[in-house]
Amino acid sequence: MLDGLINGIFNGISIGAVLLIVALGLAIVFGLMGVINLAHGELMMLGAYTTYVVQNGFKSLGDGMQDFYIWLALPLSFLVAALVGLLLERTVIRLLYGRPLETLLATWGVSLILQQFVRSVSWSLVFGVLTICALLFGGRAILNKFVNLGPRQKLANFLVLVLSAAIGIIVGRALNNNPVLEKPWFSARNVDVTAPKWLQESISVTDTLSFPAARIFIIALTIICLVGTFWFLNKSAWGLRIRAVTQNRDMSACLGIPTKKVDALTFALGSGLAGIAGCAVTLLGSVGPNLGGNYIVDAFMVVVVGGVGKLIGSIVAALLIGIVSYIVGSGTLVLILPSSDALQPLIDTALFFAETSMAKVLVFALIIAFLQVKPAGLFPQKGRSVEV
Amino acid sequence: MAETRATNKNRKRTLEASIVIGLTLFLIFVAPLILSGFRLGLLGRFLALAIVALGVDLIWGYTGLLSLGQGIFFALGGYAFAMHLQLNLAGEGLPEFFGLYGVSQLPWFWQPFYSLPVTLIAIVVIPGIVAGLLGYLVFRNRIRGVYFSILTQAMLVVFFNFFNGQQKLINGTNGLTTDTTILFGQQVGSDRMQFAFYVATVIVLALTYGLCRWLTRGRFGRLLIAIRDDENRLRFSGYNPAMFKVLVFAVAGGIAGAAGALYTVQSSGITPQYMSVAFSIEMVIWVAVGGRATLGGAVLGALVVKWAEALLSERFPEVWLFFQGALFLLVVTVLPKGIVGWLRDDAVHQIRDLLGLQPQLSTYPDLELDPDVKREQHELAGK
Repeated sequence: MLDGLINGIFNGISIGAVLLIVALGLAIVFGLMGVINLAHGELMMLGAYTTYVVQNGFKSLGDGMQDFYIWLALPLSFLVAALVGLLLERTVIRLLYGRPLETLLATWGVSLILQQFVRSVSWSLVFGVLTICALLFGGRAILNKFVNLGPRQKLANFLVLVLSAAIGIIVGRALNNNPVLEKPWFSARNVDVTAPKWLQESISVTDTLSFPAARIFIIALTIICLVGTFWFLNKSAWGLRIRAVTQNRDMSACLGIPTKKVDALTFALGSGLAGIAGCAVTLLGSVGPNLGGNYIVDAFMVVVVGGVGKLIGSIVAALLIGIVSYIVGSGTLVLILPSSDALQPLIDTALFFAETSMAKVLVFALIIAFLQVKPAGLFPQKGRSVEV
Repeated sequence: MAETRATNKNRKRTLEASIVIGLTLFLIFVAPLILSGFRLGLLGRFLALAIVALGVDLIWGYTGLLSLGQGIFFALGGYAFAMHLQLNLAGEGLPEFFGLYGVSQLPWFWQPFYSLPVTLIAIVVIPGIVAGLLGYLVFRNRIRGVYFSILTQAMLVVFFNFFNGQQKLINGTNGLTTDTTILFGQQVGSDRMQFAFYVATVIVLALTYGLCRWLTRGRFGRLLIAIRDDENRLRFSGYNPAMFKVLVFAVAGGIAGAAGALYTVQSSGITPQYMSVAFSIEMVIWVAVGGRATLGGAVLGALVVKWAEALLSERFPEVWLFFQGALFLLVVTVLPKGIVGWLRDDAVHQIRDLLGLQPQLSTYPDLELDPDVKREQHELAGK
């Protein structure tokens, strides 16, 4: 009975830790920049695929190395996701600041593209895209530097775009005839990452109580990420600038803070954290193009319940949601309730929700009820504006 | 002067009405002659989706509420109709799938769907009530903007999980099939019934267009636009925006329900996949492509995007997702007003600019020629 409860709470905390590590990046990007990033799940997926590639690399190095891949995979997934995030910010998000609903749609478009990209990425596709980029940017640079067409310049630029796209597609299709170049890297199937041996074990506390090492590792990783983020935002010079821009963008710009650089940095940081989350979830299940979708909605719920702008809100919300959904979903609730006739309807209800999918239904109902009391989340930002 | 403005308005309205009626007649009488049976079936389904798009336009284009959960209401309407058809087929007994899970008694909420009139009302009213209720709980607390969008998406996931998990109540993942069922003594999947549903879809689309036009015209329409543009200012003027938002969200929910029922019977059945996250966001992109806050744009957008999808995914299935993703990006960055808005406002100017021609003057060279100035002079002279 007590073991069951402790086990339930531990599992709940570990679910909460996964939610938290996913939601951390979201909370930063949304809380500090007001950008809804629906591609966050796909950035996670990129982190997970990076882990997969790194692991395969270590496998080919020899038997002994296999267990150490995770120490390289973690920073690399951070880097890959952060770079993609940076690119995303510089090309798309930058155009859409102050229009949150539009960023939502644009990032959804990005997430569709990224999903299909990992499904069908192959050398021919990469070469095709590189050709388009080289011709487009090279052509534009030459055109705008050496040729002056006056009012026809825009038309010429447009023609360069059409031509380079056409040539790129032809190159890609031509390369598709070569079976080696055409073969997709990952294909649409899920791939598996084998966890290092020391993470596959369980740590037993008493005879009946044991915790899987992978879960403990994820909890530790989450704590490290939290402390790191907290330190970065509150103690470092760039963190100070980020907080300044969040509070008053115009005033920060007047005082010489490079707001555009701050935006790019914040977004890259949030994306990088998504990459780390992606690396962490490879320990729990297989890696596929749809990996992100499983986590993203729950992570958004964490941000909504926690309130925007404070990390502590996300922490409490993630733990609460994790523990409640585990205890309800696993049926622990039924075990705790004493069986008597008076409580029978209650037990029946608990049994009805004792499924992972039905637990989600109950948790959402609780969230809606909670928002009736505190519409701005657990720890709302205090202010005098009319906006909630 | 006021009279001529009124007649101008009237003339515009008559023109719009005659275009809608003309298109309706064209779709009912001419389109079946031109298109093959397969293509006509596709068109029927896309027209049903255009009905949802009208609802999305009503709440997003006019009122500024970006709902990512319209799939809930779409699927509720579909389930309501499919349940009636299943009961029709089973007659006195239980629908077949209940046998698989050892259910011997019909769940209570299936009972009302024995009757066709109740079902037809339920198709619109149940999604409307669900939307109204969810909307009330959210809008009451002044939750709005992206929070509203995220919450509707979470609701969608919750409804999906519920319908997906409950085999014993509504056949879970497998959903309910309709094409083998029977309505008015005819098989629903037969050519005659499919054509009847096609005609019904066209008529419902025209009626929904009329309803949305009626709602967005006049004072109520201006209120919706005011909510979109500056809700706080509206509140300070003494209105309670929450109730208007609940109302319009419920109407859009009802519209989605009707569309879902028509879509379901034309596509052989309903599964919880109708409540997938991707499908509901797709509905938003139809409106964005066609043009927000233009009713014609919503219909056009749904048809254009779905035709493009049908054509592209027939030939290159893997390209479609790239294309769709690019569509989302393009429409928010390059074409924020959609096709209709672009044609109306920017097309001439931008094409001239691209070709390097002189930009047209946007002001009248002579102030006296400006129609607004003329009108003001008239009005002043009248006093």
